[in-house]
Amino acid sequence: MLRFDDVGVLNGTYRVTADMEVGAGGIVGVIGASGSGKSTLLEGLAGFLPLERGRILWRNEAIEDLDPGRRPVAMLFQDGNLFPHLTVAQNVGLGIRPDLRLKGDDKAAVEKALDRVGLAGLGPRRPGELSGGQRSRAALARVLVQGRPVLLLDEPFAALGPALKAEMLDLVKTLAAERGALVLMVTHDPGDVVRIADRVVLVDGGEARAPVQVRELLEAPSEELKAYLGDWAL
Amino acid sequence: MAWRAQPVGRTPGTIAAAGIFALVAACLAAVAWRAADDGVPSLGPADWAALRFTVLQACLSACLSVVLAIPVARALARRSFAGRRALVALLGAPFLLPVIVAVLGLLTVFGRGGWISSLLGLFGLPPLSIYGLQGVVLAHVFFNLPLATRLLLQGWQEIPPERFRLAAQLGAGPREVHRLLERPMLREAVPGALALVFAVCLTSFAVALTLGGGPRATTLELAIYQAVRFDFDLGRAAVLSVLQLALGLLAVVAGLAVAAPAGFGGGIGRVPVRWDRTGRAAQVLDGLAIAFAALFLLVPLAAILLAGLKGLPALEGPVWRAAATSLIVAGASTVLYLALALPVALTAAAGRPLAETAGLPGLVASPLVIGTGLFLILYPFIDPGRAALPVTVLSNAVMALPFGLRVLVPAARAELARSGRLAMGLDMGGWNYLRHVLLPQLRGPLGFSAGIAAALSMGDLGVIALFADPDLATLPLAILRLMGAYRMEQAAGAALVLAVLTLAVFWMFDRGGHARAAL
Repeated sequence: MLRFDDVGVLNGTYRVTADMEVGAGGIVGVIGASGSGKSTLLEGLAGFLPLERGRILWRNEAIEDLDPGRRPVAMLFQDGNLFPHLTVAQNVGLGIRPDLRLKGDDKAAVEKALDRVGLAGLGPRRPGELSGGQRSRAALARVLVQGRPVLLLDEPFAALGPALKAEMLDLVKTLAAERGALVLMVTHDPGDVVRIADRVVLVDGGEARAPVQVRELLEAPSEELKAYLGDWAL
Repeated sequence: MAWRAQPVGRTPGTIAAAGIFALVAACLAAVAWRAADDGVPSLGPADWAALRFTVLQACLSACLSVVLAIPVARALARRSFAGRRALVALLGAPFLLPVIVAVLGLLTVFGRGGWISSLLGLFGLPPLSIYGLQGVVLAHVFFNLPLATRLLLQGWQEIPPERFRLAAQLGAGPREVHRLLERPMLREAVPGALALVFAVCLTSFAVALTLGGGPRATTLELAIYQAVRFDFDLGRAAVLSVLQLALGLLAVVAGLAVAAPAGFGGGIGRVPVRWDRTGRAAQVLDGLAIAFAALFLLVPLAAILLAGLKGLPALEGPVWRAAATSLIVAGASTVLYLALALPVALTAAAGRPLAETAGLPGLVASPLVIGTGLFLILYPFIDPGRAALPVTVLSNAVMALPFGLRVLVPAARAELARSGRLAMGLDMGGWNYLRHVLLPQLRGPLGFSAGIAAALSMGDLGVIALFADPDLATLPLAILRLMGAYRMEQAAGAALVLAVLTLAVFWMFDRGGHARAAL
């Protein structure tokens, strides 16, 4: 169970507040206008930005004082998810050993993860030699070996075409279901939410609203949701 | 600056920066204390003359360099021709070339017995006289015309190409383009270039030592050197150091006020499409400017090569020993430079930008001021001659910092922005991040800046002249002594060796950076 307990995240002089329970699993879409603070919320959760107040609890334990690498959280960003000078296998291996001293077992785990995301045999390549979709898959393979129970997606698939993006979203959904992970996914596209999410958090005016079921988004949206969606229709 | 978690610690860089400030503060304190020691410090007529000459030559050098650079930069900005890239690259060479080598080249061309004087002799005209103000300014223009040209060229290239298109659509001719686009740019760029060249020339020592001298052509730096070496008047050296420091501070403050441009950046390789360069007069003018710049740079360089080749067979053992000493000093000071610059750059990039000011002492305090301070500190305890090499290593590393940090800090900042969060998410803080990401990714700028540090150290003729005893020399000092003994042939040969070694160490470091970074 992930809980934001009266949290305020500070990004420069801008702040985002959240006081809500998010649940222990499933896929949660995070939507809101540009600049409303979606990424700030996720960065606070991942530990890149400081909390000015409040606590973040995961399974009833406070995590807000932990370093980013010690939190139960893995995060994928809009870009720069792979180191361009390391091979794909090394990039994935970093999820197991940050000092890259990979033993036999570790290498096998890397191979297995690459296989799972459909990149079998591409370990020795560098990211520059992969297509955009393959790079996203490599980043997902690393998330797999990291084995963290919470996955944060800050629009990592935004640059992909519609078909590729749908493919990646489906892959995320399958992997998350296999592992019982909790996924928080920032997106600009309500279609993404409808495709894979079961709940939605709306960030509006610097405040994150408690999650609602996607059904509600479609059937009985709140005033804020209506204002955000405009005349969007599925 | 907002707080943001960073994958690198800020302690090592803070310690390094504090160490540099402490060292410089100790030197300045020693100087100030000594200056005030003999009661109220007084300045004699010779000291005032040195102050006047320092400011005069720096003003003249700055104005001439920048005024001449304007037509050259304009020509390079609007013409493409065979060899343009080579000429632009050549503009970077004087920055690395040891001063003493350039001086020998200029002597070979402009000296009393030089090429031009011989030519004049054919027509029954008297030879040129290079010693004095004219020689000092000539050498400074040789070094700073290229620097100013690069700065202004950058200004030209920062005018967006669309503006030229718009001007062409409005039917603007060269005169209108100048008024609409070029003059506003120059109004921004020229003061910065003037301030930078002025500041560089203020601390001129080796040029004044070789081409100046005498009561009418002595800079403050040279006066400090003479007070220590010839008169052993440490009190007077300290007073002069305070003067020099005040001037340097003034120049840096003035430079910051007009925001001197960086000038090292790339992006000066292309020529934008322009429609306003058709006039016959403009073509002739550009051709002349380019020919002038190329000749002014190439002829002295060719002179070094020719005279040096002739002098090579005459080289004796001490010169080779001095060359070995120079390589060791340059190597050690490059290692020290890296040990200071890397942590300082990372700390500055990781949200403590004040750390970057660790480069300032290298700009404000001249080598001879630092040298005098160290001399005053060490003198009561050990023979300064024995400390000559370590002190040279130290001062060279500190002097290389401002240039190096300008290259390293932006690169480190960009890499942290690109991969900092990713690395922290993977829990690869500190050492792992440094080893697996930062060092491989910063190889290029690290190699380039280490190359600059090594080249500057190879060519340095400052602190070493103050400290060295007769049986110890770096290569520049050995050349100076050969010149003093009128053994010009050997001096030219040694200068060629120095030039080749300097460019070789720069090339080696710079290549080392690119070899694996080009993945």
